[in-house]
Amino acid sequence: MNNRLKVLRAERNWSQQDLADRLGVSRQSVNAIEKGRYDPSLPLAFNIADLFDLPIEAIFLREGDSE
Amino acid sequence: MSSYKSPAMQRYLRRLALFMVAYIALIFAVGTVFRTNPPTGALAWGAAVLPALPILGVFWTIARLLAEETDEYMRQLLVRQSLFATAFCLSIMTVWEFLQNYEVVPPGNGGFGAAFFWFVGLGFGGVWNALTNRSASEE
Repeated sequence: MNNRLKVLRAERNWSQQDLADRLGVSRQSVNAIEKGRYDPSLPLAFNIADLFDLPIEAIFLREGDSE
Repeated sequence: MSSYKSPAMQRYLRRLALFMVAYIALIFAVGTVFRTNPPTGALAWGAAVLPALPILGVFWTIARLLAEETDEYMRQLLVRQSLFATAFCLSIMTVWEFLQNYEVVPPGNGGFGAAFFWFVGLGFGGVWNALTNRSASEE
């Protein structure tokens, strides 16, 4: 699944580790989600949305949708 | 399993070390007993099973890690690693069993049982996970 995590993180000048610490997950998890190798569960997706104060659909994009 | 050490992983490593120390102590102690003064009857059964108990403990430790790991991506990697180990072990044991059935190889396993091959498979699965994470490191 495509997502805007990397862009949102860059806008805040956060490293992957910074984001991982804020979410309480490993840096590897953030990396895997950013690269679309892992789709987060709904609870984690909601946590990410809450952290960026955005709706989930503004962060995670359907297949075929561009950023 | 990876360089990431969550609290669940730290507990896993402590438990694993404990069971490995117990295994090494028991394998030497029971081996010495059977070489010097072999027990018989129920005592022999009990003594022979003793070194297997820490191995069962390791299986329990892995089950606890899967239950306690809160990082869902890392948990997925652990599940994949365990499935790889299971497939590896079953493949080796199945082939070995047929070789024995047709008497191509002698009976017995030379001390290398299913658990040994499962742990070898777990190691290979861990390498696979490490390579996956390394190839996707932060740019």
